[in-house]
Amino acid sequence: MTDLYVWVVLAPLIGSVIAGVFGKSIGRAGAHWACILGVGVSTLISGAAFGHIVLEGGAAFESTLYHWGRVGDLTLEIGFLVDPLSATMMFVVSFVSLMVHIYTIGYMRDDPGYQRFFSYIALFTFAMLMLCMSNNFLQLFFGWEAVGVVSYLLIGFWFQRESAIRANLKAFLVNRIGDLGFLLGVAAVLFYFGTLRYSEVFELAPSLQGATLSIFPGADWSVASLICILLFMGAMGKSAQFPLHVWLPDSMEGPTPISALIHAATMVTAGIFMVARMSPLFEQSETALSVVLVVGAITALFMGLLGLVQNDIKRVVAYSTLSQLGYMAVALGASAYAAAIFHLVTHAFFKALLFLAAGSVIIALHHNQDMRSMGGLRKYMPVTWITSLLGSLALIGFPGFAGFFSKDAIIEAVHLSEVPGHDFAYWCVVIGVFVTALYSFRLYFLVFHGKERMDEHAREHLHESPWVVTVPLVLLAIPSVLIGWIGIEPMLFGDHFGDSLFVLSEHDVLARLGDSYRGEAAFIGHAFATPPLYLALAGVACAWYFYMVRPDLPALCARRLAPVHSVLVHKYGFDLLYEEVLARIGRGLGSLFWRIGDRILIDGMLVNGSARVVGWFSSLIRQLQTGFLYTYAFAMIIGLVALMSLFVFLRMQGHS
Amino acid sequence: MPFVTPEFLPALPEILLAVMACLVLLVDLYFGRRHPSWVFLLAQASLVLCALLCIALYPEEPTTTFNGTFRSDGMSAVLKVFMILVTYFVLFYSKFYLDVRDLFKGEYFVLSLFAVLGMMILVSAASLLTLYLGLELMALCLYALVALNRESSMASEAAMKYFVLGALASGTLLYGMSLLYGVTGSLELDRIREYQSVGGEIDIILVLGLVFIVVGVAFKLGAAPFHMWVPDVYEGAPTSVTLFVGTAPKIAAFGMLMRLLVDGLAGVQGDWIEMLTILSVLSMAVGNIIAIAQTNLKRMLAYSTIAHVGFLLLGIIAGTRAGYAASMFYVIVYALMGLGAFGMIIVLGSKGFESDRLDDFRGLNERSPWLAFLVLVLMLSMAGVPPFVGFWAKWSVLREVVAADQVWLATVAVVLAVIGLFYYLRVVRLVYFEEGQEAAPLVCGTDVKVMISTNALAILALGVYPSALLALCVTALG
Repeated sequence: MTDLYVWVVLAPLIGSVIAGVFGKSIGRAGAHWACILGVGVSTLISGAAFGHIVLEGGAAFESTLYHWGRVGDLTLEIGFLVDPLSATMMFVVSFVSLMVHIYTIGYMRDDPGYQRFFSYIALFTFAMLMLCMSNNFLQLFFGWEAVGVVSYLLIGFWFQRESAIRANLKAFLVNRIGDLGFLLGVAAVLFYFGTLRYSEVFELAPSLQGATLSIFPGADWSVASLICILLFMGAMGKSAQFPLHVWLPDSMEGPTPISALIHAATMVTAGIFMVARMSPLFEQSETALSVVLVVGAITALFMGLLGLVQNDIKRVVAYSTLSQLGYMAVALGASAYAAAIFHLVTHAFFKALLFLAAGSVIIALHHNQDMRSMGGLRKYMPVTWITSLLGSLALIGFPGFAGFFSKDAIIEAVHLSEVPGHDFAYWCVVIGVFVTALYSFRLYFLVFHGKERMDEHAREHLHESPWVVTVPLVLLAIPSVLIGWIGIEPMLFGDHFGDSLFVLSEHDVLARLGDSYRGEAAFIGHAFATPPLYLALAGVACAWYFYMVRPDLPALCARRLAPVHSVLVHKYGFDLLYEEVLARIGRGLGSLFWRIGDRILIDGMLVNGSARVVGWFSSLIRQLQTGFLYTYAFAMIIGLVALMSLFVFLRMQGHS
Repeated sequence: MPFVTPEFLPALPEILLAVMACLVLLVDLYFGRRHPSWVFLLAQASLVLCALLCIALYPEEPTTTFNGTFRSDGMSAVLKVFMILVTYFVLFYSKFYLDVRDLFKGEYFVLSLFAVLGMMILVSAASLLTLYLGLELMALCLYALVALNRESSMASEAAMKYFVLGALASGTLLYGMSLLYGVTGSLELDRIREYQSVGGEIDIILVLGLVFIVVGVAFKLGAAPFHMWVPDVYEGAPTSVTLFVGTAPKIAAFGMLMRLLVDGLAGVQGDWIEMLTILSVLSMAVGNIIAIAQTNLKRMLAYSTIAHVGFLLLGIIAGTRAGYAASMFYVIVYALMGLGAFGMIIVLGSKGFESDRLDDFRGLNERSPWLAFLVLVLMLSMAGVPPFVGFWAKWSVLREVVAADQVWLATVAVVLAVIGLFYYLRVVRLVYFEEGQEAAPLVCGTDVKVMISTNALAILALGVYPSALLALCVTALG
């Protein structure tokens, strides 16, 4: 089995290397075939693994591939753990990746960096799969950092653009903050458990109950909370949770929507996946769960609000992603790990769909992304229109669509949760439903309905995108509609995940939810009795009224509610805070240390100073080498006498 | 005492080499004019034969013969093979060097062979007399080789200095030996050691003798403060001779040190460890610091040799079997690196041009990227940068010093090695980042190019896989 699973990660890596190193000689078609074949192999094996382990209920697979190194008593290993959780992730990641690869052929057709782009996205697939399939913290961290690097490369793909450079730097720096926490968390795990392997750590996890340590004297911290919160910091960076969310909207600078998709539908789920994977640890700390819950709730509501004022089509989708990630984090915080992963899966499909649809629109409008100059596109792009509508309905949780099942499950789970902060979280996610519907249909109406606001030139060239673009759209639309029906029962209430998720019985909200579960249809029926459905419909209605019936209203609102609007446009001022305050302080400190520490102390005194002293000394004692024979002989005699004095004469004195 | 026919077998390589050297002399006499290359080929063939014989006769158990004056054991066998190997390379480079400068003489090869014979006897010595015999045979040949180019005043001056100072050192060594004989009543190293283990308190005269012996050996190794001859001789001698003086005799000197101190004077180990510590620290300091001020590459390498000798002594200072093995590894590795470095000067030189100034290396990368890369390998290896074998050599002696609880010594050594990094890297900088006056591409024969490439790549290969050689050193020392 190991041999087979190795190919899940190796195949994309090989594809990436071929496209990256030999890209020039094998040409465009060679590059994209190499990568697509590689990722295709991954998808096939992942599908087989999913079928074997999840559908047929086969045993989870764990094996060490090889020993990488040894530090003291710690063995660093590379190994795979394929259980229901990772099999699900592998399948989603490789499938979405494959769609992206095919779609890229059309989207990047005219780009000079075609081969380079394929190399990057295949490399990304490799890194993400390494992360998902890992059986230890070190490899998890490796995959974690590797997707970070590829994301840096992808955001800055058009490296001639100033804004792209800034955006990728920003993403990288913000992620560094999260990664610092993550690394500290891994270190704490190593410190307390003495091992990095999941199975051993999780076995020992219950011993954390009540364990404390004092980092600062006088304050005892719970070890479980410390480890989990540090690990969650990593997730906050990678999954763009408040307040480390600032990088995600800017990352849309990459060649959209492919890299946006890579980030938004795949990479950012790494944090969610990681927390779910660590469920045996998080279950030990109510505090950590509460932190996750509250952070997720803030992200879910407040990032959704920002989507309302954006005019760039891909940014709207990006903020929507932020908000949905918040939903997933809320589910994690409520110990409904299965619901989080369920939402992750459904979201991956419909968000991928929405991104690709946005991309299709952008292609048609010659890379114009401003929604104010779109409108009425449904006539020109029927496939994109229909699939977008399906995606939007899935996103807002319209009954029967994929997002409905996963989102309602989360809301119900929070409702039942008793973790501190659950009231706040509940209100956030419920209001969030209205906001989601509002911004989603704002986008939909602005783009596909209403007046045609593009200029004459653009209108003449409007047509449906080529098949490489529309086929992935259709392929993604099918699961966006159906996956909820299929998934809800086994994933939430069945034993889809087997032992791979761990929930304490007093936290198990899904089990309680399952007690009253009477099948998919009943679940839909139940929705008619709860507020979220009506809030979603209200959101759609508002969007229709504001953008179709009275298009003058939004501007009026913006004027009347100028302070609120301004806060939203400025994204609550986080960019300002980070750039103007924190970054400035950081730079100031840096340049201070550079001037005093580096220039004066290290360069001036230690490096150049000592070098100068050595040089001077060298030229001085060089004079001893006179070239005269008698000097040399004399030096030898002196050496002899010195040795004799030290070892013989002094000792003779000592004896007498 | 009845005369017992000694066992000749352990000394067969030496006997063969002596015979072959005489044969080469005869061939040179009768055919030297018409077929000068015969001498060279025959000399190389004798070396190869001799090396094969050494390997074939590898002694499982140490054997002593010739009335307890000659010993053949693992260490002597391994050292001999490497000395012969190094000499084989030296003669190859030498032929190229001598051909270009019309210095090709049969005596050169005869003298080299006799010098090798001297070294082989030296490392196989079981008695003070054999040891001195081997040492003088080696030294006299080397003096003559340095003076080979009689027209060069620099070479004559260098030979003169070498000879006078060498005589002084020999005298010192001999005096030390006579003191040992006076105290112990024997010339055999085993007897001398037994004497120390029997007697309760160590005679102070024995320590006095030890001082003289250490001074004599330190001169041969070129350890500070008995190093003054090294830069002058290295610079003045023809480069091919410098190459010889700087490599194989170092291995022999290591063997001499082991025979005298470890085999013969184990009872006063505490004393010689202290003496060698002083010499080692001084050598590393003097070598690394003065090398910085040099503008001539041969001189710079001379000081670098002194620094390397300081490092080499570290393993012996550790005073354990593992430490001696580390030192042995170091000296073999050093000989290979020195071979490459001086060989490079020969390869880059041409008629009437020595290419031994640092400035001659400017912009080498433009002229020959491959040779520039080899220079990079050699310099980084000498500086002790991984993954080259020079790093493992330094690492293994340092490990033994730390294992012997002399952490301060290891610290000093590392600091001085960092200082040393400067002048090695300067060569790399000149090669890669400076513009040269000469722009014409370098032409040199394929044969020497193959030779120098093999040499430098061996350093790289050994750096990637050092354990085999290290293990060989450990088993050789038993």
